[in-house]
Amino acid sequence: MSWITARRRHPAAGYVILVLGLLLVGAIYASVTGGGTSASAAPQATVAMHEITTGRQIFLQDCQTCHGFYAQGTNEAPGLIGVGSAAVNFQVGTGRMPLAEQGPEAVQKPPRLTPKQTGEVATYIGSLGGGPAVPTDAQVSTSGANVGLGQQLFMANCMACHNFVGAGGALTYGKFAPALTQTTNRQIYEAMQTGPEAMPVFNDTTITPSEKRDIIAYVTKTRTEPNPGGFSLGRVGTVTEGLVAFLGLLLFMVLMAMWITGKKKGNHGAES
Amino acid sequence: MSVEKGLEGVGTWLDDRFTGAKGVRYLLRKIFPDHWSFLLGEIALYSFIILLLTGTFLTFFFQPSMTDVVYHGTYHNLDGVHMSEAYASTLNISFDVRGGLLMRQIHHWAADLFVAAILAHMLRVFFTGAYRKPREVNWLIGITLFTLALLEGLFGYSLPDDLLSGAGLRITEGVLQSIPVVGTYLAFFLFGGPYPGHVIIPRLYILHVLLIPGLLLALITAHLFIMTFQKHTQMPGKGRTNANVVGAPAYPYFAAKTGAFFFFTFGAVALASAFAQINPIWLYGPNNPVGISAGSQPDFYMGFLEGALRMMPAWQWVVFGHTFAFNVFIPALVPLGLIMTGAALWPFIEQWVTGDRREHHLNDRPRNAPTRTAIGMTTVAFYGVLWIEGANDVIADHFDIPLYTTTWIARFAIFLVPWATYVITKRICLGLQRMDLRTLDHGVETGIIRQLPTGEFVEVTEPPSDEERVVLEARPDYPALPAGGESAEGVPAPGMRGAVGRLRERAYKVVTESVPLEDAHANGHGDGHAIEGNGHGNGHGDGHGDGHAPAAVPSGGTEGEHPGSEGSPGQGEEH
Amino acid sequence: MTDSNVHGQHPEPEGPGAPHRVIGTPSPAESRSMLAPAPEEEHPPARELPPAPDDEHANNAAKLVAACFILAMLAGLGFIACYFIFNDHSLSAVTRDNLALGTTMALAFLLLGAGATIWVRHVMPKVEIAEDRHPLRSSDEARAEFAETFKEGADASGFVKRPLIRRSLIAATVPVALAPIVLLRDLGPLPYKSLDSTVWRKGMRLIVYGTNRPITPAEFNTPGSMITIAPEGFQNDFDAMAKAAVIIIKMAPGQLQPPTRMNWTVNDIVAYSKICTHVGCPAALYEQTTHHILCPCHQSTFDATRGAKVLFGPATRPLPQLPITTNAQGYLVAQSDFREPVGPSFWERS
Repeated sequence: MSWITARRRHPAAGYVILVLGLLLVGAIYASVTGGGTSASAAPQATVAMHEITTGRQIFLQDCQTCHGFYAQGTNEAPGLIGVGSAAVNFQVGTGRMPLAEQGPEAVQKPPRLTPKQTGEVATYIGSLGGGPAVPTDAQVSTSGANVGLGQQLFMANCMACHNFVGAGGALTYGKFAPALTQTTNRQIYEAMQTGPEAMPVFNDTTITPSEKRDIIAYVTKTRTEPNPGGFSLGRVGTVTEGLVAFLGLLLFMVLMAMWITGKKKGNHGAES
Repeated sequence: MSVEKGLEGVGTWLDDRFTGAKGVRYLLRKIFPDHWSFLLGEIALYSFIILLLTGTFLTFFFQPSMTDVVYHGTYHNLDGVHMSEAYASTLNISFDVRGGLLMRQIHHWAADLFVAAILAHMLRVFFTGAYRKPREVNWLIGITLFTLALLEGLFGYSLPDDLLSGAGLRITEGVLQSIPVVGTYLAFFLFGGPYPGHVIIPRLYILHVLLIPGLLLALITAHLFIMTFQKHTQMPGKGRTNANVVGAPAYPYFAAKTGAFFFFTFGAVALASAFAQINPIWLYGPNNPVGISAGSQPDFYMGFLEGALRMMPAWQWVVFGHTFAFNVFIPALVPLGLIMTGAALWPFIEQWVTGDRREHHLNDRPRNAPTRTAIGMTTVAFYGVLWIEGANDVIADHFDIPLYTTTWIARFAIFLVPWATYVITKRICLGLQRMDLRTLDHGVETGIIRQLPTGEFVEVTEPPSDEERVVLEARPDYPALPAGGESAEGVPAPGMRGAVGRLRERAYKVVTESVPLEDAHANGHGDGHAIEGNGHGNGHGDGHGDGHAPAAVPSGGTEGEHPGSEGSPGQGEEH
Repeated sequence: MTDSNVHGQHPEPEGPGAPHRVIGTPSPAESRSMLAPAPEEEHPPARELPPAPDDEHANNAAKLVAACFILAMLAGLGFIACYFIFNDHSLSAVTRDNLALGTTMALAFLLLGAGATIWVRHVMPKVEIAEDRHPLRSSDEARAEFAETFKEGADASGFVKRPLIRRSLIAATVPVALAPIVLLRDLGPLPYKSLDSTVWRKGMRLIVYGTNRPITPAEFNTPGSMITIAPEGFQNDFDAMAKAAVIIIKMAPGQLQPPTRMNWTVNDIVAYSKICTHVGCPAALYEQTTHHILCPCHQSTFDATRGAKVLFGPATRPLPQLPITTNAQGYLVAQSDFREPVGPSFWERS
């Protein structure tokens, strides 16, 4: 009988197996996911050649009809050389691209490509040179962020389009600034960095990465916090409040007035 | 028994000093007519009381100061942010004072309800003609109350000094500044210097908690006193005349009903405050002249001014080194001025046009005064277009309408919609009058279907009950105007001369246009006048012209209504 | 029946059958009549209100009323209890607190109201009384007596007969009446020329609002960029920022056109006042693709490539352009203050 077999009924045997099992699972998990996040980091990190190739294949399949074979652009779509992987990650990741129909602006819809495919085509476009790269997890993490500063920066530069808490707003000629209720941290970062559609560009030397994290912290914290006063009425402001005042409060009071003064059947008295 | 003895003791004690027995008994027995629309003013009254109560609570915690502080309180999203003490104290009320958020929300919902109720009440009074003599002064008091309520709300929601109301303050300053000659002085005096300064919040505070509430309280008291003294109007009905009041006594009936209504008002506002968030200033952030949100609107009652500012084209005059900023002070002053001045003058204009200077204690059904109703609805439409334009960017965003298109639509709608409303409302009123006539003539449908021997199905109708008959037959009867300048006889009456007189005649015809009662008088309810309305309207003129010209101006029947009858002008019927 | 004649309201004395008006109000007892009594009571002539019903309907209604009131009491007690139970100030606690306090208060009031309504409608006896209206107009005799008293008093006071007293009195009261208006003079300073200038001065650095960082053209180099700017040192001064707030925009080469002042730009970076020339909201919305600066308040739109001239909306003047250049260290600085007044139009602006 081997040494282990002899101790298979030891009281601590179960716990030992458990710990070994956890360590094994952790090791497998780390080996599988650990490389994923850092691979799409700064341009200096090594990028697997096959990502670029796959990305190019996806590009030729889904994007080249509008953006050109060499991503040089056509009459219908701008060139993508030099836009950087962040822009592609944003546009494709939010489903705006591939564009379903021409309109005042590309609307967000369920993404056509999987996250893996999105990363690959982003890497391909990034490999064409230039442009901001997809931000790392550390860059978009909000831990330790200064939410108050984020609020001030959001107030000065973002609210005019996106509304106080990012509920969205109207622009000209049918365009609109979308609501930020579902946007991920990374997408917010990328949008600031790349200035999609009508949105201005806020590059990393204008609003530093740390300040971007503060803004992201403000947006994400505010949208998840409860509404202490009750239903938020869309967080749009006084328009919905006024509707509630008339269609809710005043109407209720009129109904109560009718009840109080109503004549019951069989009662004498004038018709109201 | 001891309760009775106790009350007797108190009563005696007071009466020894204040001689109240007869007077209080008189008040206890006062008759109040009953109609649901008469309670609209009470909504406003009780909202005001709620505002006083919750407002007092808020003043115990609010700091009306613009001193800059750095926030380190409960709401962590704003930690480290610079803000005024006013804003910080409002955050404190919302998160650190138990029940504070509820009180703030009740206060704000009650304010919205206050103004909404005033609007509804004002419209009710207008559409029923309850502003007529002897109630013109009360109508004017009401309009003043309305204006004060608007200002009170504007100042009130500006007090927390948040970003949304701060935009409103900035707009107020810009509007003041644009006024010719005195604009910059007014702006500097109000703000104590250039915008934003350090005194606007404390000044608005004292206006909001002392000056305007004092005025409101005094005017509301006068309003209620006049209403009690003159007795409330009543809707037409059986046994109701212009010389009586029919209803139930104040004690105990009206007291109980009005008490119940107070509880309903408070309860409704509390319910809204429990379930619907209003004015979440922590989401707006502190006021800052550098930033603003998309979809910034004032509270709904200022929305019409906002819409006016948005739809105005860019007009200005620069002449001799001075600017007439039409693009600002026209939308700020003209719509408000038109509506308020028009409303204030209307009772007197109507009196002048119709020559009707009698007391009126019976309300008109709106359909029986088609022109008045149409004018009222036109004003509502005008106000409404301005109001909707005030929310145009929210509408553009939510309904996918391009932004500039909404403004262009508003620029045309502001003229077309009121005009269309006038025409349509008038036709609806006249149509409803004809429907009433048909009911009088043919009876009320009973829903019973009977088959005739010939196989035909008919619906059985029965004649309207006495009660219904009285209501259906109610018509305003306008006195005939004295003869105008076109009469063959002698000198035209005073007030009927020249162009003004002709204008008055034409206006009279329009204002008194109505479907006459015709042969619905057949069963003897007529008081001996107009047997047919042969183009003479209902000819109820009481013939008290000034004794001259027998040729009374026919009160406006509907033109072309009775093609077969002879509209014979100049043949007035003296009764 | 609509009778519009109220006790002879017509001023003409020759109106037919105008009744004599009695001075003072008729006693209420004579002018009131029961219009139509409730079916179940006998109507003894001395009583005015019918006796309170005691039938099953009324008794059941009374029980319902009591139930409403008791529930209201419980809700009110619940309110008090909730107030003292909740003592946490986190956002979710405040949410719960508001809901609890608001619901209990609402229930208490609504049930009180419902109980009172049922009480009036189903427990109190039905009644409808008609009461005559008094003529509002005083009698002719009363008016004559009033006029008499007034004239006598005016005579006795000498107000009419002695213009010396009268006119000197009016003269005395006029300044006193004006005094309160005069006292308001110190509400604020006179504007003079303060609306014509801001705090921007030559050499003042542009800093990114909120961060206190100056910025160089090399940092602000991506076409389509926009950022809010404050003059250095004034970021937290609202009085200054209300006129001095600026946005800088980086254009692609060749996009900037006249009437933009090219010698006021640096590297295709142009600076405009952020304060809208309509009524002063910050015109903070910039569309990169159309180069429109849009003010969200009333939708005034300015073309950033053409000197911020007005394209749509109620604004009449373009956004003033701030002359900028770089200093020795390479940071963006102002060349001078704005060359025209910033913000909304005013009377003295030419």
